[in-house]
Amino acid sequence: MAKQYVTTIVNGDNVEVLCDPTQTLLDVLRDEMDMTGTKEGCGTGDCGACSVTLDGVLVCSCLVLGIEANGKKVETIEGMAQGEELHPLQRKFIDHVALQCGICTPGLLIASKALLEENPDPTEEEIRYWLAGNLCRCTGYHKIIEAVQDAAAEMRGN
Amino acid sequence: MGRAPSPFATKIPYEKKDLKIVGTNPTARGDAVDKVTGRARYASDISLPGQLIGRVLRSPHARANILSIDTSAAEALAGVKAVVTRDDFPDMAIEHAASGELMVNFRDVTRNMMARENVLYDGHPVAAVAATSDAIAKQALKLIKVEYEVLPHVIDVRDAMKPDAPILHEDQFTKGVEPKPTTPSNVAARMESKLGDIEKGFAEAEIIIEREFNTKPVHQGYIEPQASIANYTEGGLAEVWTGTQGHFVFRAQIAKLLEMDLSKVKVIPTELGGGFGGKNNVYLEPLAVMLSKKGKRPVKMVMDRDEVFRATGPTSGTNVKVKMGCTRDGRITAAQAELNYQSGAYAGSSLPLATITVFTRYDLENVSVVGHDVTTNRPKVAAYRAPGAPMVAFGVETVIDEMARECGIDCIDFRLLNAAKEGTQTHFGPKLGPIGYIQTLERAKVHAHMSEKLGPNQGRGVATGFWFTLGAETSATVNVGEDGTATLIFGTVDVTGGSRSAFAMIVAEELGIPYEKVRTMSGDTSALGFNFMTAGSRGTAAGSMAAVTATRKAIARMCEIAARKWEVEPDQVVWEDGKARPAGANVGDFAPMSVAELAKEAAWFGGTIAGHAEINVAQGGPGFGTHIVDVEVDRRTGAVKVLRYTLIQDAGKAVYPEFIEGQFQGGAVQGIGTALNEEYIYNDKGLLENAGFLDYRIPVASDVPFINTEIVEVPNPDHPYGIRGIGEVPIIPPLPAIANAIHDAIGIRMRDHPMSPPKVLKALKDQMIEDAAAQGTAAE
Ligand code: FES
Ligand code: FES
Repeated sequence: MAKQYVTTIVNGDNVEVLCDPTQTLLDVLRDEMDMTGTKEGCGTGDCGACSVTLDGVLVCSCLVLGIEANGKKVETIEGMAQGEELHPLQRKFIDHVALQCGICTPGLLIASKALLEENPDPTEEEIRYWLAGNLCRCTGYHKIIEAVQDAAAEMRGN
Repeated sequence: MGRAPSPFATKIPYEKKDLKIVGTNPTARGDAVDKVTGRARYASDISLPGQLIGRVLRSPHARANILSIDTSAAEALAGVKAVVTRDDFPDMAIEHAASGELMVNFRDVTRNMMARENVLYDGHPVAAVAATSDAIAKQALKLIKVEYEVLPHVIDVRDAMKPDAPILHEDQFTKGVEPKPTTPSNVAARMESKLGDIEKGFAEAEIIIEREFNTKPVHQGYIEPQASIANYTEGGLAEVWTGTQGHFVFRAQIAKLLEMDLSKVKVIPTELGGGFGGKNNVYLEPLAVMLSKKGKRPVKMVMDRDEVFRATGPTSGTNVKVKMGCTRDGRITAAQAELNYQSGAYAGSSLPLATITVFTRYDLENVSVVGHDVTTNRPKVAAYRAPGAPMVAFGVETVIDEMARECGIDCIDFRLLNAAKEGTQTHFGPKLGPIGYIQTLERAKVHAHMSEKLGPNQGRGVATGFWFTLGAETSATVNVGEDGTATLIFGTVDVTGGSRSAFAMIVAEELGIPYEKVRTMSGDTSALGFNFMTAGSRGTAAGSMAAVTATRKAIARMCEIAARKWEVEPDQVVWEDGKARPAGANVGDFAPMSVAELAKEAAWFGGTIAGHAEINVAQGGPGFGTHIVDVEVDRRTGAVKVLRYTLIQDAGKAVYPEFIEGQFQGGAVQGIGTALNEEYIYNDKGLLENAGFLDYRIPVASDVPFINTEIVEVPNPDHPYGIRGIGEVPIIPPLPAIANAIHDAIGIRMRDHPMSPPKVLKALKDQMIEDAAAQGTAAE
């Protein structure tokens, strides 16, 4: 199939890329743009490791076609820290040991950031249900929930 | 654990001392920033210039003979650069080797990596291709013609043991039976472990309980699928980047399977996206090397999730019979078990480990354990966190709960009455050294969790677990830079991201420099001597022994530098508080020298400062834990919700306490997943029906509560810092603890795993029918 020309804004940068119409956004990010921070755990929308936002909406990038990103804004883990300055969620994930192997971490951070943008003061239950699409096999989620709660408090200015 | 303990193994006695760094929570973890920014490099993140993409063709049958394989059409497809089948790999003779906690047989390893005469499970590799794109590689797989003769299959362990079962291997005769059987069997081996006189023990018993339990295979469920990238050069050298728990063992297996010299294979371990025992085995690596050799370009291979489920090792499905007897005052007099463990397509399950861990939490006089290792048409099993132990604990810990109730004794008191302690004779050989089992039980007894009120359909369960700490070959190098900072190169794999920080803390403590001044990094197979797999909870425990040994050699070198400078004998210099000092006033009045000062002088006084260790660490320091769980059973749906969870475990010494808590929590939640949901589901054709995370449902954040943890510290006497392995114990107790809690909630004993809603619902219905029948009888 002929490749298609796609222009998108990834983490604030204009990016032009040729992609196969069957290629997922995940594959376009990883294989065409060399942005390997977004991970693949399943390719079927069941693990959340590939979470990114598309025009601000949290999506599994393995379920989105690359060509669907045309003219849209994509935010990935690579854009989360501002230069040297880690996002509060990134810092709190480190402080609370909310990551072990770390393969789930980019997806969890992107999903948590989307949560706090929508709900700056989520309850434990709201965090657990929001993150229910992001599998982590190492941590048992305990420290992830604590990290999100703590980051939310800091971002609210408490 | 794989092989016999060596008399030359290294033990360093526990040194009781005040610690400045070990036991704190470092603010900067070596791996963390890269992991939260997406910079950490896992195997599938690596690409090489000119790389091809490799894909595997897998068996669509549970069991079939391979009559022919025709790859000509695939080879003719534009963009296909290499195709490999059984014809590209040499056959291997029977030869056993340790690979993590399980043993492997190279005759079978080569067949599991690429089928030869037959396929023995859904997903068994039959061919592999390398092409210029993933799409072409997938298209090429469709062009490979394989002619199969489909044969009857067997999935369940009990069915496989029946006399009329389809036999997987015509040349497999049960080992461990006298006289040697004359007919082949799916039972690859029978093993035993005995202590005392079991008949006498049952004769002394006033209460005897005998039960049967069944468990389904579960998968490690690491989120990162297997991935490897190999580059075979014209000079006959192979480089392999891969996600592994043991790059040295992988190098040995790749070299063996491809008949290469060890020195010609270099394996570079990448960041690992979860393993839990499942990344102790080669799957893609030899294929990628062979494809690279034939295709003359680097080859990258990444499994899809369904390949991970279909073709990488889950645990054994098991059938376990437990019979135990005790006196009315709660003293266990006899403990007997029969363990039937699936090994998958080839012999070699975790049975040897299960056999020796069955009753090891208890101080028993009369024990008899018999086990069978049984081949079935499933992927070859792999280790999974405390391999084999949760299934036996399911049986033993629920029978213990029943006995305690029968005696009218609190279930923790019952365990305390029979608890293993220092000096307890195990049924598999050694006597236990100092252990923290009793402490975990006592802490559980007084824990606030125990006094939380329970509502209707809610119940509380307790269970305990035990696991070894593996030792084995371990190497490390410490280099002290000219500026006085230190780099530790370790050869174990930092499977969770905690051990590289723990090592840095220990090296900093030894050298007397700040934690931030120590960098730790993983060394590839060319950087260090052989390191055994990171398995058996040994990562931090054994790795730190090598780190301490290497650091102390660097310290000896620094004392030598000071001695040369001061013109005294090396034994007149001591190392204290991070400085070389004169051993006494009579040595002379020399100002103590710090690491940085010594590093500056090193070149003149003989060369740079380094220390290295190549040791075989003694196995030891077993870990014990006690778990308490509260559940609620929904009588309409059969769903079991975990309300509260508490875990108390002996860590020996918690080097990095918050990280240990995290590993405890992760292990407990894996155990909850095992207990309530996870199972392999096969259809009547022997094909796996739930090869994805949607249908193989691992716990998500909303399934579980916070997991309370408490760390007990009873130092391991054979480790300078008292460290015990901690990674595996936490997955053992959840299955029986939840079963006990369900019984407490609704009065039903669940003995078939998983305790998923349909099973619990059926048990509730059966209970209603029984109750109604009993009432009917009573009314007559
Ligand atoms: S890779 Fe997209 S959800 Fe798993
Ligand atoms: S940290 Fe390993 S999967 Fe989450």
